[in-house]
Amino acid sequence: MQLVIAEHDNKTLKPATLHIVSAARELGNDIHILVAGSECHAVAEQAAKIQGISKVIYVDAPAYKHALAENLAALIHSFAASYTHLLAPANTFGKNIMPRVAALLDVAQLSDVLEIISVDTFVRPLYAGNALATIQSTDSIKVITVRSTAFKIAETGEKVAAIEKIDKNFDLQLSEFVAQEFSVSKRPDLTVARRVISGGRALQSAENFKLLEPLADCLGAAIGASRAAVDAGYVPNDYQVGQTGKIVAPELYIAIGISGAIQHIAGMKASKVIVAINKDPDAPIFKIANYGLVGDLFKIIPELTEELKKVI
Amino acid sequence: MKALVAVKQVIDAYAKIRVKSDHSGVETDNIKMAINPFDEIAIEEAVRQKEKGIIQEIIAVSIGKAGSQDVLRTALALGADRAILVEAEQRFEPINIAKILKVIVEREEPKIVLLGKQSIDGDNNQTGQMLAALLGWSQGTFVSALEILSDKAKVTREIDGGLETLFVKLPTVITTDLRLNQPRYATLPNIMKAKQKSLSVVPLTELALSLQQHIKIEKVTPPSERQAGMTVNSVAELVQKLKEEGVI
Ligand SMILES: Cc1cc2nc3c(=O)[nH]c(=O)nc-3n(C[C@H](O)[C@H](O)[C@H](O)COP(=O)(O)OP(=O)(O)OC[C@H]3O[C@@H](n4cnc5c(N)ncnc54)[C@H](O)[C@@H]3O)c2cc1C
Ligand SMILES: Nc1ncnc2c1ncn2[C@@H]1O[C@H](COP(=O)(O)O)[C@@H](O)[C@H]1O
Repeated sequence: MQLVIAEHDNKTLKPATLHIVSAARELGNDIHILVAGSECHAVAEQAAKIQGISKVIYVDAPAYKHALAENLAALIHSFAASYTHLLAPANTFGKNIMPRVAALLDVAQLSDVLEIISVDTFVRPLYAGNALATIQSTDSIKVITVRSTAFKIAETGEKVAAIEKIDKNFDLQLSEFVAQEFSVSKRPDLTVARRVISGGRALQSAENFKLLEPLADCLGAAIGASRAAVDAGYVPNDYQVGQTGKIVAPELYIAIGISGAIQHIAGMKASKVIVAINKDPDAPIFKIANYGLVGDLFKIIPELTEELKKVI
Repeated sequence: MKALVAVKQVIDAYAKIRVKSDHSGVETDNIKMAINPFDEIAIEEAVRQKEKGIIQEIIAVSIGKAGSQDVLRTALALGADRAILVEAEQRFEPINIAKILKVIVEREEPKIVLLGKQSIDGDNNQTGQMLAALLGWSQGTFVSALEILSDKAKVTREIDGGLETLFVKLPTVITTDLRLNQPRYATLPNIMKAKQKSLSVVPLTELALSLQQHIKIEKVTPPSERQAGMTVNSVAELVQKLKEEGVI
């Protein structure tokens, strides 16, 4: 039996959760989903509509409002004994909580699983994806974070699962929420977008980075960035694509003024079609791009935007 | 206040990774090793907190082969006061690294433990969270700003949607993100001074831990390579190709 940990903001379920359900389905049919939060009944209702879920475990208390790792890990730990697998997305939500759960259970945790071979054998990346390890877990409870882009999204439809409300209040008071600062964007979320435009150090300033916006607008694309662009303050941290940022796998990824360091490539090489625009014909990014255009981005971006407007 | 910083020796971030032909792992012979970049940030943070007068002593800890003394010397040159190597031949999973670190924490009783958010070889991103769980402490992960107050710390965390600020109760475990600070370079005089600082080597057996292996590595393979595509000569040609691919 598998338990999927739902990621949500107390109002809506995050799409990553739906990918994790698909991974859970490869492991067996009796899948429960844990919705823990505060005043989050709407999320439990959404979870009950994910095809393949047999039960929603719904825990509602102020202690879970901000997904604080200490409280949530204690809660998950209290349910764990009934399950063979505990799964969460391999993003900052899952990575914060699941190792803590594993340690409470005295088991290992498997990070960033890309492929499920059997109920105890998995494939995960090492060295920024420059090596893939096939690993077998000998633990009776397997605690896993799943790379959501490697699994398809589960369908939602009619309500299929019963919602069981359980009262458990793990309010450890070890940490306290102060504030959250979201980068507001009308664009699709980077990790689920079908098209992504990313800019690098070559954009030179926050002002210039805005040149990518009309291009992204006409493609309906999300905007990403290299670490160099984030470090230089052109864009917020949550734009970073790569080994230590977000992993994306859109249908179309356009890298503009990005050299193609292995740490960047680690985050986008599973994209279907990669386009690189760079003035240096020897930039490593061209080695993995389907289409390379050599030239000055400041000239190419406006031209490309105009050309796309004609055809879209 | 005492701080403990965990530092790991890894293959240099810019070295070429080659999978061994027998698929048992990756080549490590004659490959440049370095301190895990996130751990360098952890050391730097401890040093900055010491410069502010908040931390009095910084202890760097590594678990690994004798060669890991190199990264501890680096930590000492960057400003750690003393170092401990828990010497072991084999490599351990994060749960076991966390158990070993727990013993050192119980001996040294620091108020704050700093680790990198992930080691760039295993890309696990687990050890700090596990250590916090084993100790029953609070955790502040993926931290890009740290302010230590009297009985708690204020941390800014890099999360998927942006940034989050939390108070975490002391003692606490902090894991560092890339933008917490820009580590300094070790100066020659500091490298020389580091040679005089204490580096104690503790054989793992002395800790009397019974560590169990939880994961078997069946094989390590290279990823499938993407083929380089073609160079297009104009924006118009590019748009044409993207249309043919059906992605616009
Ligand atoms: C531990 C660790 C983790 C890391 N994690 C990540 C990560 O998650 N993501 C990530 O991206 N990086 C990461 N990095 C950093 C990575 O190694 C590179 O430094 C970074 O990706 C480089 O960013 P860049 O390509 O924008 O900059 P550069 O390497 O400086 O490349 C800029 C490119 O722009 C081109 N250019 C310049 N001007 C123009 C112009 N006018 N028109 C067209 N092209 C132009 C240049 O030819 C060059 O190729 C990490 C590094 C370490 C050590
Ligand atoms: N062998 C080790 N020795 C000392 N610290 C380690 C070791 N392995 C992991 N760590 C610490 O734990 C952090 C996270 O590692 P990981 O969970 O393996 O990604 C690293 O950045 C180090 O601070």
